[in-house]
Amino acid sequence: MIRLIGVLIILIGFYKKYNPIAVVLVAGITTGLVSGIEIVTILDILGKTFVTNRYMSIFLLTLPVIGILERYGLKERSVMLIKSMKSATTGRVIIIYTFFREMASVFGLRLGGHVQFVRPLVYPMAYGAAEKNYQSVSEDADEKIKGISAAAENYGNFYGQNVFPASGGVLLVVGTLAALEIEVIPMEVAIAAIPVAVIAFIYTVVQSVMFDGKLNQTLQKNKIEKGA
Amino acid sequence: MQSTLLEIMYILAGLVGISAAVHALRDKNHPHPKETAAFWGIFGITFIFGKYIPGYVTGILILIMGVLAAINRVKDGGMKTADEDQREASALKIGNKIFIPAMTIGVIAFAVGQFIPALGALVGLGLGALLSTIIAMVMTKTETKNISFEGSRLLLSLGTAAILPQLLAALGALFNAAGVGEVIASGIGGVIPQGNILAGVIAYCLGMAIFTMIMGNAFAAFAVITTGIGMPFVYAYGANPTVVGILALTAGYCGTLMTPMAANFNIVPAALLDTKNSNRVIIAQAPLAVAMLLTHIVLMYTLGF
Repeated sequence: MIRLIGVLIILIGFYKKYNPIAVVLVAGITTGLVSGIEIVTILDILGKTFVTNRYMSIFLLTLPVIGILERYGLKERSVMLIKSMKSATTGRVIIIYTFFREMASVFGLRLGGHVQFVRPLVYPMAYGAAEKNYQSVSEDADEKIKGISAAAENYGNFYGQNVFPASGGVLLVVGTLAALEIEVIPMEVAIAAIPVAVIAFIYTVVQSVMFDGKLNQTLQKNKIEKGA
Repeated sequence: MQSTLLEIMYILAGLVGISAAVHALRDKNHPHPKETAAFWGIFGITFIFGKYIPGYVTGILILIMGVLAAINRVKDGGMKTADEDQREASALKIGNKIFIPAMTIGVIAFAVGQFIPALGALVGLGLGALLSTIIAMVMTKTETKNISFEGSRLLLSLGTAAILPQLLAALGALFNAAGVGEVIASGIGGVIPQGNILAGVIAYCLGMAIFTMIMGNAFAAFAVITTGIGMPFVYAYGANPTVVGILALTAGYCGTLMTPMAANFNIVPAALLDTKNSNRVIIAQAPLAVAMLLTHIVLMYTLGF
């Protein structure tokens, strides 16, 4: 039981909003120590895993170009583009992106990402749609648009990916069950993932439509008169 | 070839860190230039020389970064991009062409990952970023110094959240070495009534979601929870393993949507979009995640048996 102390530290740390890096380090080192792992070995595991996982931070390479494009009006241009589309709403931008993201992931295409698409394209368009429909977008509404824009990427990615028979998730299920002497076939596992993919998309549509409704409620008074 | 190219990408990523350190030092409006520079400088060093530094030394360097972050001295400074009028004017002048470099990042990453498997999607992402930078430079005719200026500005505004995914992977490795998963699986397994299929299904789905929230990764949870809970309480009662297996995994994904431990999906994107609340993405996802988790229990109970 004492080994769960790291989990407890994580829960308290994140709940109390302590610096997450400090929380994670304290949790990891404490767990290692109470489980009888030498401190040098703990530091070694920490350092080696950190270095082998550098691939998670390759996205840093995209920061300069995103910054430059923002400097030269990427967000402003997205707003202009979306304003030229008459029926665009924030919720519809979210639905369309989730649909394409999920279809890409169903076909095993790694086309998407928060860095690649959400920050430079999806969020500016979702925000632009709100700016088009309401004269001013409150800070609170902007914050929520950011949240749902990032969420769309995760929904499409997570619930679509296992419909692709060679996806990591399907292979993990096949491999883990095989180790427990249960045989399943990748193609059939992928087909079994279809209901979840469909339902997740339906829920996304519902959430997006409700999101538009909320914007209408909170920002309604500012709505630009049609034809004015 | 792939590992050499990847190592070059890591060096370039490290240079973004070093450049953030230099800009923090030069920033006259920065509240803690030295500590912030130390943080990003060390980060850059682990990227550039990580392959050659012994693991425990990197471990010590990470601890130093942890202390700098814990005492709250790693801060965004006063770096400003062009003001709104200039951005508007430039958006009008460049027009929709500005989307070409923005699309290039994702499209090249995808094309390389898909059609040149020898290089892979990671090298593809790096190549996409480099090519996109070149196109943007030509298109905007911006000064070269803006490459490092804008990269540093964004990294400083991302803040310490940027290194969280790597740290959490390291935490996962430590939890594994300590056998945390087995303790949890046996704990949940101890409270499930024998012979009740619905209770087993609920425990399997919730167990996946909860352990995923702790580990930040459903893949890490799957083997542990399937062995500890799935086998004795679900599969043993004649469940269809094809259906139940994949549902258990995606039940775990519902947990991924709700945990700060999945930093690369939830915390980094929030930082990337500069939200006020670092848990903004999780808050947006929680209602859908809970609805999906309940749906998983229903689907597993009805379709799985």
